[in-house]
Formats: sequence, structure tokens, C-alpha cells
Amino acid sequence: MSTTARTTTSGAPRTSSWRVVDIVVCSVVGVAAGVALWAWGASSSTLGAPLSLFPPLSALLNGGYLLPALLGALIIRKPGAALFAEVLAALVSMLIGTQWGAPVLLWGLAQGVAAELGLAALRYRRWGLGAAVLAGAVAGVSPGLMDTTFYYPGWEAGWKVVYLVLSVVSGALLAGALGHVVVRALARTGALSGVAAGRSGTRV
Amino acid sequence: MSGATGTSDAAEGTTLGGLVGSVRATPLTRANPLALLAGALVIAVALLATVDVVSAATALLLEIPLLPLAGLGPRALAVRMLPVLLASVPAGLVTTVIGRDAGAVLLDLGPLSVTEGSLDLGVATTLRILAVGVPGVLLLVSADPTDLGDALAQRLRLPPRFVLGGLAGLRLAGLLVLEWRTLSLARRARGLGDVRGPLAGTRVAAGQAFALLVLALRRATRLAVAMEARGFGAPGAPRTWARRSTFAARDVGVVAGCALVAAAATGAAVWAGTWSLVVG
Amino acid sequence: MAAGERVLLLGASGSGKSTVLAALAGLLTGADADGEEEGELLVAGRPASERAARAGLVLQDPESQVVLSRVGDDVAFGCENLAVPPEEIWRRVREALDVVGLDLPLRHPTAALSGGQKQRLALAGALAMAPGMLLLDEPTANLDPDGVLEVRDAVTAAVTRTGATLVVVEHRVAVWADVVDRVVVLGRPADGTAVVADGPPEVVLAASGEALSARGIWVPQRYRRAPAARPWQPPAAGTPLLSARALACARPGGPVAVRSADLDLPAASTTALTGANGAGKTTLALTVAGLLEPVGGGVVAAPALAAGLGPAPWRWRSRELLRRVGTVFQDPEHQLLTSSVADELAHGPRRLGLPEPAVRARVEELLERLGLAALARAHPYTLSGGEKRRLSVATALATGPRVVVLDEPTFGQDAVTWAALVDLLRELVQDGAALLAVTHDRELVAATGARTHHLAPPDPAVALAPRLDAPPPRRSLRRLVGSR
Repeated sequence: MSTTARTTTSGAPRTSSWRVVDIVVCSVVGVAAGVALWAWGASSSTLGAPLSLFPPLSALLNGGYLLPALLGALIIRKPGAALFAEVLAALVSMLIGTQWGAPVLLWGLAQGVAAELGLAALRYRRWGLGAAVLAGAVAGVSPGLMDTTFYYPGWEAGWKVVYLVLSVVSGALLAGALGHVVVRALARTGALSGVAAGRSGTRV
Repeated sequence: MSGATGTSDAAEGTTLGGLVGSVRATPLTRANPLALLAGALVIAVALLATVDVVSAATALLLEIPLLPLAGLGPRALAVRMLPVLLASVPAGLVTTVIGRDAGAVLLDLGPLSVTEGSLDLGVATTLRILAVGVPGVLLLVSADPTDLGDALAQRLRLPPRFVLGGLAGLRLAGLLVLEWRTLSLARRARGLGDVRGPLAGTRVAAGQAFALLVLALRRATRLAVAMEARGFGAPGAPRTWARRSTFAARDVGVVAGCALVAAAATGAAVWAGTWSLVVG
Repeated sequence: MAAGERVLLLGASGSGKSTVLAALAGLLTGADADGEEEGELLVAGRPASERAARAGLVLQDPESQVVLSRVGDDVAFGCENLAVPPEEIWRRVREALDVVGLDLPLRHPTAALSGGQKQRLALAGALAMAPGMLLLDEPTANLDPDGVLEVRDAVTAAVTRTGATLVVVEHRVAVWADVVDRVVVLGRPADGTAVVADGPPEVVLAASGEALSARGIWVPQRYRRAPAARPWQPPAAGTPLLSARALACARPGGPVAVRSADLDLPAASTTALTGANGAGKTTLALTVAGLLEPVGGGVVAAPALAAGLGPAPWRWRSRELLRRVGTVFQDPEHQLLTSSVADELAHGPRRLGLPEPAVRARVEELLERLGLAALARAHPYTLSGGEKRRLSVATALATGPRVVVLDEPTFGQDAVTWAALVDLLRELVQDGAALLAVTHDRELVAATGARTHHLAPPDPAVALAPRLDAPPPRRSLRRLVGSR
């Protein structure tokens, strides 16, 4: 007595409203990236550990702090994903214990917004390598400007420009390009099935 | 992995700060986390708005005696203060060398030079980073994520789905730290334990970070199903809050206390004539 | 299914048991889901997606169902989502915790709960929502024997108190056979029919006990003719390869988990570490394997094993450890390093510096031996649970260690994978390896003829013996933070 009506709902509808799995995955990406960043900083056998102490070269590492935003955006592919993931990564580092204190949250908010701006410029339709690099570069402007204004205001203008440029480059490479590569690798492990990046058709 | 965690403090509380050392209960730790966050931000904004030695030093002098209120043991406190120290000193040194020159030249190395002005800026930079970092340790260590989430959703009216989604993610943070340690052990077991050199060390750490991401993502999708099965998710659906977030006298007191520190620091700088706005 | 009925859903892997439960819970239909849908599913007379009966769902992984960090808050979560008034919420929370037998303060951290306690917490969270139907998807798969019974009793109490309909999916029939009054067996696509058997437990099991056992379901002894493992005579044990002397162990920065242990691992033998949760079995196993630093006493390697190195495995270089002691972690995913099964197997030999042809030969041999040949190019993370387990054992064996330490090797395995693993372990012992297995599985202990070493929770009165090796280096800050 059952009706055999066959309905197919695959081929994800282009909805920009967030489902539960989007929210939880984005949140966990931000948190996991935050934990990984903390662990990276706590270990001493990796590149960059001493570098982080000496600005302006430390700007080269700024991309690492932008990576959560890019990962969130490239995995969930919805407006606001970059901001959400970045804020959570900032909260994690703030609550576990960070040398920079409460401003980490403000910086995280600004960095998330900057990444969103980069993606909004492409109307949230492009999620490939180019989009990632662009978003990363725009996001890199945020710590570049904010650090030189609030943490290193005493520098000569020339050095501030150097810092800004290095920050943008780092954002483009360490957040944008690396983020793109990481998300592709994650898709291959099958861990992204259920969210946008896992359904984009990259069958390896 | 069941039950027994590596740290002895699992039964002491649920703040993330407990991952590094146990947190004693003090008046500060019992305050509303929103008040703690607001207080820390007030001090930070006031100190970051200017660059001079007087404001930073005043703030530090007022903050350091309050450190016992954080509820941390001496070793845990040292673990947390060390990164702040490590971050502040090199930043100050670099600023001394590439800072804006003013006054008598003390050392001339071509493009880099140390002058009275840049030395002053360098010292100020170091003190500022310390003065902003200490409240971070003091206030944020004792912030319980769930209480913070309640405050954000009920007081600031942030969208509850995202706040709760964020909380569920933050809960996993402690687990992920333990998983990171297990991943380190597994790498030693597979022959990657003592790689020499920053390049190879980076590759191993990167692989480890990737593995952590995969593990976290798997948990996330399962957690999403569990949360949905508990009725979570419909965007506009009405919900109630089992815990009410209150902003009591103690919380107002915390914010007021931090505002006082900020005001004292700023006031001292203005009185000494050294207050100079950062922007412009 | 009738209201108040208690059903056990069985079926081999791939027969869609979890999918049925998700559909019943209303999670597969509706605006959010994707996939295909045919026919109709009515729960309490309404389509499942409307969730009219409000099904309570408990899943397999205890850790992925905890939402909040305090016990009371986690149980209250479901009620909050249903817009239950606050006073009523806390009344329901206390009642639900009472039904499942979790007698803990409401502010108790969820991180400090054992696996069985976490599953009961999830059950309480579902009960607090006053569900008409309880759906349990392998709730005891990841638990030790005590946890299994705890959960089974909690579920029985819950169903008796609330009269809810119960649908349980499990591999372990013996545990649930007395609780349910109906067993339904689902078939795989190859079987042609969706439902293979349906009826009261004794009838279905008596009729298809053998067939079920062949599909990997743990059928109680009395319903199957062949025992779980073929009889086997362990070889005579050789000289000890690795010994623990008054060993005290702890995780970095953690409390002392084991205060004094004396243990010998002779060649061609299996030793099983048993004991309750929290007794420190994993910590002891990892210390014996040379991965954790002893805090008292020491681990001594026989010259036959050390082959020119010092006697303490903790001090060996990672590469040297690789050649001598293999470790298989409880969660295979912790060990994965590369992006293909073949590379995973080749990693160890390459790390030892073997020439490529030798590496390839060893990889081929292992692929054959462990039945992974068809998966050589697959990404390790995409393998099934049983395949990942076999892969993790294979990678530990790739470097030919003489001592192999395994942490819960048969956790959550169905009967077929279990049998394959037991065969493999027997082969290893036959070849002269010394095995140390942390396990709750009594059948495994019997099948491998293991000598058991039982661990009791640490007694603070026992003094820690002095370290056997050189005094430990001054603890650096890094170690305090535990980044090692």
C-alpha cells in the first residue's frame, strides 16, 4: 500500500542558508586549526619558531594565522564561513593562553572580515586557487595594517610598508595557496563528504 | 579513547585554561566571562591607543599584584607568562633598531640606528606587550566557554545556532590537544620521532596537523548528526536556555576595575605629557 | 513495528542498518538532506521527516555525541532545543540521569567520563526529550565489557520506565538477546531481498545462527556450531626480549598511572594486559614500547633485541625503535602518514634506508598476506574500519620488529575481521615475535593462549622505585606543555 514515489534531492541546492553540518564543521575547522597553530607554536623543531619573534620578518608567518579563515571558507563555501572559523580559532588561542592577550579576538574578527571581503569581491561564486589566493592576500592586509598601527607604531614608514607587503604575500601563499592545497587533500581522504567542498566533484 | 585523561585536573573545571594547569576558584574566576572579556578588551584598547612608557608601566604596576587572583599555581603561571615575555623583548629590541629616530644617536649601523627616541619607543613597545598580555593571563584563563557562550547568546543576542555550534567545537578543543599528543607518539613509533633540522621537522609537523584536521572533521560530521537528532538546527525555531546568564555586581566590578586600570594608565601618561595617539 | 516493541536489527556490514535508523529518526528526508528516496516511511502515522514521535538517537562513538562540557548542560541541550521551560528542563535532566544510573553532580566535566558513562549520558540526553522511540546505533561497539553492561542495563531501565519503542542495531547478539522481543535481519543488495529474517530471537537465531555468524555477527555460542576460532597450540615461549622492572609510568605532565609493574615479554608468546578502565594499561603498554618515558624503575631490553644499543628503549632513536618494537595504536587513524596504502607500507622500510627493490618486495608480501592487494592504490583514510585495522598492523610489521605492542586490536570488530586478526597474531607468534596486547577481549586471550597480566588502579601507598637508566634530563618547558 505504499506509494512508490521516487524523489531525488542530490545535487545540492544553491542555498546560502547554513545547515547544522555546515555550522558544526566550520566550527570544528576553526577550533582544530587553532589547536594546530598552538601546537606548532609550542614545538621548537619547526620552521618559523624563532622567526615569529623578530618583526618585520615575522610578517611572513601572518598567513598561518589566516589559514583558519581560508579553510573554513573553502570547505563550507558560504558567506560568513571565513569569519566564523577565524573567530573560533582566535577564541581557542585566547582561551588556551596566548602571549598577545585579548586583542587576539579583535584581530581575528578583523582578519575574518578581510577574508570575507576578498571572497565577496568574487561574489562568493569562485572557490578555486585564484579565489583562495586573492582572499588570502586581502586578508593579509588586515594584520599588516593593524600590527603596524597598534603594535609597532614607532617604526619608520618604510619598515611599516615592508611589513604590510610581507603580510600580504604571506596571506596569499600560506593562507590562500596552502589552504587550497590542504582542502583538496582533505577532500581526497573522504572527510569532507557532506559539506560543499566534498561535493564539488573532485573524484580522485 | 576512554576516560582517563593525561592531566590531573579533569575534575577541577571545564575551562580551556585547565589544559595547562589546574585553576583554583577565586572571585575573578567566578565572574561572568563576558565581563572578563570586556575588561581585558578595555585595558587593551586603552593601552594600544598610545605608545609611551608611562601608560604601559603604570598599567603593569597595577596588574602584577593582581596575578594571584588568576587562580593558577606558580608553575602554570610561569608557563603562561613566559610566551608573553618572549614576545615582548624581541619586539622591543627590533623597534629600538628600526624605530623613528629622534634625539641623540646612540649607535649607528648604517640603515639601522639606535637613538634616544627609538630606544624610548622600544622600551614602550616591550612594556605595552607585557601590559596587554598580563590581563590576558589574568582574566581569560578562567573563562568557561559554556558560560561565555550563554552570555554571548543571551546578553549580546548573537544567533544561538552559531554560538552553540561554536561551543560544541570548543568542547572538542581539549580532546584535540590530547589527540595531538597521541599523534606525536605515533610518529615516534613510525620512525619520525627525532627528525633533525627545521625543514624536515616542519614536514612532520605539517603532516601531523593535517592528520589532526582529518580526525577533527570526522568527529564534526558525527557530532552534527547527534546534534540534529537532539532537535538542533531549524533556523527560526524557538528555544529556551537552561542556564540564565546574569550580570551581577561582581561582573560590573570586574569591568569597573579594568576601566580604572585603563584610566589610571591613560591619566598618568597625560599628566606626564607623554600620551601620543597611535594613529596619524 | 508496534508501539512499545523492542527490536534488534542485525545484518552484515553494508546492509544499511545505520541508514534505516537515520531514516527512522527523520534525518534523511527533508530540505537538508541529499540522496534518493523510494517508498514511504511512516512513524506514528506521519512521514518520518516531521519527527512527530520525536525519536531519541544514540550513536556508536561516545566522544562525538557530547555537545557541552558539563554533564547537566549536555543532558539539558535537547530540552533547550525543544523550547521546554527552564524549571521543567532541570527536572527532566535529573530524572533522566537517574534512569540511566549516572549519579554525578550536574557540573561534572564530561571530559572526565568513561566511554560507558558517555554513552549513558547520550542516552540521558535523548530521554530528557521524552521520545516515543529509542534508536540505538551500535551503542556498545566502542566500549569495554563493563561499559557494555552498564549501557545495556541503562537502556533496559529506560525502556521499562518510559514504554518507548526500541530499535537496536548491534553486532553483539548475546548482550541484547534477552532485552528484545523481536529480531530483524537485513540483507545486503546481493541477497535480493531487504529483510532476510524476522521473528522472536530464539526462532531467528536457531534458524539462521550459522548464516549470521558467517556474515560477521557475534552469535551466542549455543546458536552456532563452529567456535569463534580454531583450536591452536601456542609454541614454547623463548627468552624474554623486553622486561619491565618496578616500572612506574605516566603521561607527560599527568598523574602516575602505574606505580610498579614487573613484566616479561618472552619471544614466541603473547601477553595480555587486562584491567579496568583507568588502571593505566595503555600508558604501561606505550612505556614498554619505548614511546613514553618511565617515571620510576625501567624497561630493559635483552641484548638479543637491543642489538648493540643501550638497554632502555626510551633512549633509542626513533629509527632504531622502528626496527625493534612495533606499536599498533587503538585508533588506526592516528598512525596514518601517506596517501596510498602501498606508500603507507613502504614508509617504514624506506625510513630504515632499505633499497627500493627490497622495499617493493616487502610491500608486495604484506599486501598479499593481509588481503590488502586490491587496495594498494587506495587512500588509507577511505578504508573501512576493519581494513584500516589490518593496515595499521601491517605497517607495524613492515619493519620486521621482534616485539609488537597492540592497543585494543579487536575493538569494535565484527566476527569475520576478528578471526582474520587472530590468525595473523598466531602467525606472528609462530615466527618468534613477542606480543603485548592491551585488551578486554577474553576470547582473544583464549584464542592466542596469552598469559594475562592484570593491572589494578594505582595505590598511592606504593613507593616509586628509582630510575634504572641515567637520571632524566631537566624537564624543559616544552615538556611541561606536553608538545612532545
